Amino acid sequence: MKTMPALAAVNDFVVKFANVNGSGSASANELFARSILRMGVPVSPRNIFPSNIQGLPTWYEVRVTEKGYLGRRGGVDMMVAMNPQTWAQDVKEIEPGGYLFYDSTKPMPSSMFRDDINVIGVPLTAITNATYTDARQRQLFKNIIYLGALSVLLDIDPEEIKRLFGEQYKGKEKLLDSNAKALALGRDWTSQHLDPDSVKLTVRRANAVGNRIFVEGNNAAALGAVYGGATVCAWYPITPSSSLAEAFQTHCKRLRHDKETGKAKYAIVQAEDELASIGIVIGAGWNGSRAFTSTSGPGISLMTEFIGLAYFAEVPAVIVNVQRGGPSTGMPTRTQQSDLLSCAYASNGDTKHVLLFPEDPKECFDFAAQAFDLADRLQTPIFVMTDLDIGMNHRLCQPFQWDENRVFDRGKVMTAEELEAGKTFGRYLDVDGDGIPFRTYPGTHPTKGSYFTRGTTKDEYAKYSEEGPVYVRNMERLQKKFDTARRIAPQPVRYSSPKATRFGVIYFGSTSPAMAEALDHLEADGHHVNALRVRAFPFAQAVEDFIHEHDRVFVVEQNRDGQLRSMLMNEFTLDARKLVPVLHYDGTPITARFIAADIAKKLGQFKVVSFEKAAS
Amino acid sequence: MTYITKPKLHHPSLVKNKAGYTRRDYEGAVSTLCAGCGHDSISAAIIQACYELDILPHQMAKLSGIGCSSKAPTYFVGASHGFNTVHGRMPSVMTGANLANRDLIYMGVSGDGDSASIGLGQFAHIMRRGVNMTYIVMNNGVYGLTKGQFSATADKGSISKKGQANSDESIDLVSLAILMGATFVARSFSGDKHQLVPLIKAAMSHKGAAFLDVISPCVAFNNHAGSTKSYDYVREHNEALNRIDVIESREEITTQYDPGTLTTVQQHDGSILRLRKLGEDYDPSDKIAAMKRVQEGLAAGEVVTGLLYLDAAPKDLHHHLNTVEAPLNTLGTSDLCPGSATLDRINAGLR
Repeated sequence: MKTMPALAAVNDFVVKFANVNGSGSASANELFARSILRMGVPVSPRNIFPSNIQGLPTWYEVRVTEKGYLGRRGGVDMMVAMNPQTWAQDVKEIEPGGYLFYDSTKPMPSSMFRDDINVIGVPLTAITNATYTDARQRQLFKNIIYLGALSVLLDIDPEEIKRLFGEQYKGKEKLLDSNAKALALGRDWTSQHLDPDSVKLTVRRANAVGNRIFVEGNNAAALGAVYGGATVCAWYPITPSSSLAEAFQTHCKRLRHDKETGKAKYAIVQAEDELASIGIVIGAGWNGSRAFTSTSGPGISLMTEFIGLAYFAEVPAVIVNVQRGGPSTGMPTRTQQSDLLSCAYASNGDTKHVLLFPEDPKECFDFAAQAFDLADRLQTPIFVMTDLDIGMNHRLCQPFQWDENRVFDRGKVMTAEELEAGKTFGRYLDVDGDGIPFRTYPGTHPTKGSYFTRGTTKDEYAKYSEEGPVYVRNMERLQKKFDTARRIAPQPVRYSSPKATRFGVIYFGSTSPAMAEALDHLEADGHHVNALRVRAFPFAQAVEDFIHEHDRVFVVEQNRDGQLRSMLMNEFTLDARKLVPVLHYDGTPITARFIAADIAKKLGQFKVVSFEKAAS
Repeated sequence: MTYITKPKLHHPSLVKNKAGYTRRDYEGAVSTLCAGCGHDSISAAIIQACYELDILPHQMAKLSGIGCSSKAPTYFVGASHGFNTVHGRMPSVMTGANLANRDLIYMGVSGDGDSASIGLGQFAHIMRRGVNMTYIVMNNGVYGLTKGQFSATADKGSISKKGQANSDESIDLVSLAILMGATFVARSFSGDKHQLVPLIKAAMSHKGAAFLDVISPCVAFNNHAGSTKSYDYVREHNEALNRIDVIESREEITTQYDPGTLTTVQQHDGSILRLRKLGEDYDPSDKIAAMKRVQEGLAAGEVVTGLLYLDAAPKDLHHHLNTVEAPLNTLGTSDLCPGSATLDRINAGLR
């Protein structure tokens, strides 16, 4: 076979593993990523998996990036092709000059390969079968053997992998030894039979990770819920959010049992459906506990009626929506940002809800914890809008932090003492001008402060009323409360181009790492763009100011309809032409290449005439 | 329907219970239901039961769904918080409320449409979770607020006010509650206060999932000939299996009964239920026998009433979840937040 000019890179390449799900490849692939991370080189891995348990194709893509670009780059420099089902597609995806690593036990016709890539064959099955007799062992250790081979080819320090084995199999020395043995098998064969320079992609020890942590967003959000004081969690299994509730359970088992009695300072209910999940959350919130549910798009659809109740009756609730591809069942294991509209305006009638948009696991932790303060303060549902890309992938991020002096903000709750002292209580009475009334917990006082909570209209004292003026007053107070939310929710983060520019870009959530990289690319190509990362709805005043500051503002989103753009149009008075959609919604995470290319193309169209001129 | 506001002044001679409250203190707003509605009798029975049990009125939480029955919590124990939730979903809200504060007394009020039609799923699941509560269905077999449509508890063959026969099988909530794991299951009739009040007291003393199906005729839409939920039909077909008295553990049993007709059962909270058998030999602690007797009654067109099933030592949801004794809503930052040192250790494990 002809050898092509080989792609050469140090600490800057993409390796993709093509596997069959259920074959045990996930843990070997994760070891691959972690060992590079331990060498001080940032990695960004992504699971690309089917809605299936066993037998269907699954991929694991690892971006090795000393520069710390954690978004998906696009393109594959080395394909570890372990799945015959997807062979053709996998081979096609490799960049020219890239590498195909495969199991060469059975000879394959040259038509199965490409002329413009480098092919690395290791007889994995032959090595495995010669060593192991048990079928499951053969399957599992084959993964470790390819890990060993790759460590030789890419210069990954095997000691780091062994240390990881040691951590993983602490107290299970037998497993540790057998894994180390499999690793050595792969390394030995490769060293003896292949030229170590046949792959010019190299991992070189660096110091680019710092004290960052490597964690999944769902795990981080669950920990945020523990720190934020959640005591009730009700949920219904749904991909990609199930691991969030399960992580909450795991954290609570460690962190939330009374040391003396062993009893639980939390309650978790796996409900019969999402309607019951949110009902339980609302019941607990009404009764003064911090409660949350985690779900995904279809779950939100089911919860909608209850969300309207919580909005109108003003009951705190936290809903973590780990978004996936919609509509309907959609793409359960693919990522999207396509539930913005369905969450922001969930329920019948005039409703608006507070949404938070974390960019990474660190903000999943922060916003999950903060959501409980906001829910209590605003007495309304708070949505934490993550997605599969953040939720189910390990992401390098800043370590979690907690201010030791921080106490929960339980909001406006009138106490028995205040009631006894004669303080006026009107459940829906705006006493402070911020639209937020006082509430009482059930059971507070023998004769004062009880009221009836309902989804029907009521007056300031919670008395049922269908009077027009009473209804309007209440709706306007709710609007005022929403304005309060605008001030206290997380504010946007601005990144300014070094040069003055008429162009801006607005983005949010998991687009963040790809956007940061795209901005660098654009800047390097002489395209100057200011950027604003929106972190909450209702939008802060700074968002409107940013739009007015620029002639054109690109709105980058992972959905078809430009949902954030629609919300900006809905909330502000704007010329629609000013907001230019940049949309990626095929279910894969958005890439820097896509963003930079699309913006550069559109900039080319706009640079001729400025917006003011065009509009005049 | 009445438009008169209830006077708040109480007559000084009203008798106070052990908690220091008069019967009037357990009342609520004036009912806006139709005159003669069975639901008002049930509200009155709840008021009587709460008064006799000496509960602190504000220590009760009343929850309901949507419908005529679900309006009822406004009409009793006005000093307690109430929550009129969404249609058919009261059970989940009550479950959450109960998790947040295990110390309150939870009273769920629902109807046959709310629990057997739209809310059948949540009804089943709250029973199987063993939420410590009293769940009352004011069962009239008909939708009142939307004017006379059949509900899922309407008997097959019963005739609507407009003359239509119901062709669907009816759902028997008592059978379902027993099957789903409720630990106290009873049925009564809104027109039989002497049976109903002790049953409500017993259910409220029960530390687990207590379900009470109360046939409550709808005078506006389901009280005509051909209806199986009318006052006349229920009176004629009521087959009471037992009568109970609820005695607090401190009280002495003084009344004498014929041997063989009286059983006493001590509930977990110490209260004693004194069961007087009526006619036949019936043991409510035998779950399978209970299901059989209820089914026999259904087949014979009887309305079998009384305490139908009782597990005197129930386990509730808090027991299953092993939660702390203090209500979860009383736990603060220091109880719940693991702090920054722990977080540093967690960070270290994620590198």
